[in-house]
Amino acid sequence: MNKAEQFNQLLNLADNALIIGHRCSEWCGHGPVLEQDIAISNIALDYIGQARNFYQAAATLINENPETLTGFVLPATEDSVAYLRNEREFRNHLITELPNGDWAVTTLRIFLFSTYQYFLYTQLKDSGDLSVNAIAEKALKEVTYHVKWSADWVIRLGDGTEESNRRISKAVDQLWPYTGELFPEAGSLQQQWLQKIQSVFAEAGLSVPEKTWMHQGGTSGNHTEHLGYILAEMQFLQRAYPGSQW
Amino acid sequence: MHQSSDNDIRNILQTVYDPEIPVLSVMDMGIIRNISLTPDEVVVHITPTYTGCPAMDVISTQIRMALLAAGYPAVKIVQELSPAWTTDWISEKGKQQLKAYGIAPPLGKVIDAIGLEELKPPCPQCNSTNTVLVSQFGSTACKALFKCLDCKEPFDYFKCH
Repeated sequence: MNKAEQFNQLLNLADNALIIGHRCSEWCGHGPVLEQDIAISNIALDYIGQARNFYQAAATLINENPETLTGFVLPATEDSVAYLRNEREFRNHLITELPNGDWAVTTLRIFLFSTYQYFLYTQLKDSGDLSVNAIAEKALKEVTYHVKWSADWVIRLGDGTEESNRRISKAVDQLWPYTGELFPEAGSLQQQWLQKIQSVFAEAGLSVPEKTWMHQGGTSGNHTEHLGYILAEMQFLQRAYPGSQW
Repeated sequence: MHQSSDNDIRNILQTVYDPEIPVLSVMDMGIIRNISLTPDEVVVHITPTYTGCPAMDVISTQIRMALLAAGYPAVKIVQELSPAWTTDWISEKGKQQLKAYGIAPPLGKVIDAIGLEELKPPCPQCNSTNTVLVSQFGSTACKALFKCLDCKEPFDYFKCH
């Protein structure tokens, strides 16, 4: 992997964690019951912690390779990488930026995405890239909780009432076309992911959709309309008052 | 600079507490991984408990303040992620302090950790093991919420991690 590819991978990992973390944080104070409000706010914190670590690694890479990775104010920091890039420069997968919807969409998205993260981080912690090894090893412990918590909800809603089953089934139809982008090439990562999804769906009484058309574009900067709104809210302060701190 | 040893620094760090669990020192928490001391500088290597733990920045500042107040002119804090922190590094004294504070300490070693649903951590109020999981996530990411079916009190359990 050359420096530009390595940088792109770091941005994808960081942006994914930041954007889904931001979506989870929107539930803070709005959860269906206090315990679940606290749970999803804690998950948001874990994601944003992961994002910080990946952004720090990305900033270090920029500062060490200013001739290759151009267009950044030097020295780059975790904050400048997160707050001073535009929508087209974000590399997160589309599934992370979709609106939260109801509790079914929210928990299913976390389940689909954190299961992907679980198997991805399992690979990354032993990969040759030292900048991501330690972050993946650390985050894997937390992602394990996210998978467990969200799988419990998928099962509870799928195997619950007629209404909860209707909602989670609708969420599957809505989110499934955004899962293809997670696996640019067929391989063991996709197989492991699908196996886990199938076993939880079976317990929930849900069926895995047939092959369908898949949305693409997040990793090349072609986002849905939703990302711009997230960034407008998230980046406003740093754009209006550059360098301001708490 | 005055004559000093790692031990002096460890003693100072025994007085720096986790702001969210103010009975547990950073030493007993097991987050101090290494201390190196040169005539010009103290370098303290710390590891975060959880990736997103919001207390880490406060803890770093408090370590710096405590060492500066003790007369060390330059303090550098280095954050290390690997090996990842585990509750196995919480000292026995720390576990007892957690319990006295009302937080059930992690049961056993991580390698034997069983699912939270099957766990029956003793209630820190009445010691009953007739307890049940309410939520995987408690007041912070590192804790789960349980309730005691005997004394009816809810309590936090520090998860094996």
